[in-house]
Amino acid sequence: MEIPRHWRLKQQRYRLVGEVCQHCESKIFPPRDICPECGGEADTLYTFSGNGEVYSYTTVHEGPAGYDDSTPYTVALVKLDEGPTVTAQLTDVDEDSLQIGMPVEMVTRKLKNDGDERGMIVYGYKFRPRMAVA
Amino acid sequence: MSDVVIVGFGQTTVGEHWDTDLRKLSYQAIDAAIKDAGGLRPQALYVGNMLAATLSKQAHLGPLLADYAGLTGIEAVTIEAAGASSAAALRAGYLAVKSGQLDTVLILGIEKFSDKIGSGFDEALATTSDSDYEAVQGLTPVAQAALLMKRYMHENEVPADGFAGFALTAHANGAGNKNAMFQKAIKPELYAKGGMVSEPINIFDVAPHADGAAALVLARRELLPSNGPNPLIKIAGSASASDTLALHDRKDMLFFEAAHQSAGKAINQAEISLDQINLFEYHDVFSIYAALSLESVGFATRGQGWKLAADGGIARDGKIPCATMGGLKARGFPGGASGAYQAIEAAQQLRGGAEANQIEDPEYALIQSLGGPASTAVTHVLQRLD
Repeated sequence: MEIPRHWRLKQQRYRLVGEVCQHCESKIFPPRDICPECGGEADTLYTFSGNGEVYSYTTVHEGPAGYDDSTPYTVALVKLDEGPTVTAQLTDVDEDSLQIGMPVEMVTRKLKNDGDERGMIVYGYKFRPRMAVA
Repeated sequence: MSDVVIVGFGQTTVGEHWDTDLRKLSYQAIDAAIKDAGGLRPQALYVGNMLAATLSKQAHLGPLLADYAGLTGIEAVTIEAAGASSAAALRAGYLAVKSGQLDTVLILGIEKFSDKIGSGFDEALATTSDSDYEAVQGLTPVAQAALLMKRYMHENEVPADGFAGFALTAHANGAGNKNAMFQKAIKPELYAKGGMVSEPINIFDVAPHADGAAALVLARRELLPSNGPNPLIKIAGSASASDTLALHDRKDMLFFEAAHQSAGKAINQAEISLDQINLFEYHDVFSIYAALSLESVGFATRGQGWKLAADGGIARDGKIPCATMGGLKARGFPGGASGAYQAIEAAQQLRGGAEANQIEDPEYALIQSLGGPASTAVTHVLQRLD
């Protein structure tokens, strides 16, 4: 059971809450105490739009424990519109239509089972093809 | 300050050692290394290991392995830096001797990957990435390498079989290494038919997980007789650098900055230039890593590392021979022990003891071990002393 590990990240997992640097205005995700751009202290929260585009993607056929029930699944590097890149699964997507540069948006989905049927289900962000772009 | 030399080394075969446990496999390498060093007793043991605490349910390897080897009482600690663990241990040993604190040090790389099988193994392996922001998404090391390779191929217009040169070279060289997991050359047609692991990575773009133990004895040069049985190998350069743990936190994901930094420092320490290096043992756990290492160290320009391999530039008679004993791809990938294997293989070449794989009269070898996607990069320059 790893409840505290996941619980304390709920703002990041469910809402993409990062930070904005007060010194150089860089948007930062995930939150960290030092701005990676300017080295200043970073502590002002900022909620990302959840919009981005696919930088790269691939398929996982053999998943680690906790993910092996959901294989095959697609993981991607998603470059958020505000700057940072995140690693995330793609969902609700037709494999054949996938391409680098595809616009995507954040949704909340089940990520994994933590332990047996009595363990918690970990939810978090995934990305799907952006609905508004059609 | 005095020179630090490699006096002796020993290695087990790389493969699935089902019937041999962590301590016994370690002892086999230690015993061989100490014998090769003429019985020199080490004052400390630095163990490089990545996942024994998870896979073998065994942490605190220092005392266990020192005691099992009959070295009870000496300083004995583990150094962990994912796939670069034993390279980091080698550097720790180098620093200890270089500083004058110790005269002789034993370096051991050990990994028992086969102690856990199935999805629990993949879960353990993923702990070397950013647990909260990479592994939680179901990302595995091979999938991450696939993300890099796909983007690299997209940006550089690499054909589907563009990376074949890395596996072909590695397997050709593995054929001449009796400790290698795979000792058979492969043909381009076989690479082209390789099953997909995570597109665009096929089975031949991934080094096989394996067990292995490799040990080296380091000493201060002045302590040794000048007429020993083996040529001495000097550690002429040693450097380590780190990058962001999470790949996605980098501004430029297609350049291994830590590989660049640590190689530059090690080469400067050795007071040589890149073109004086006779062989390069790179960390080809994935063929895309090999390409990026060639580019980040400076043997190839950006986006062209794959061409160097495709054109024969990394073969034993090429511009810069790489993976001369099979590399991680054919010799096998024993996790945190990989860096110790690289050091031994480079030392074999410099001693002139690489048999069928011997490169003509090498003086300098560059070895580079990576943890994750070069989140850690440890680079050494080894030099033959005549």
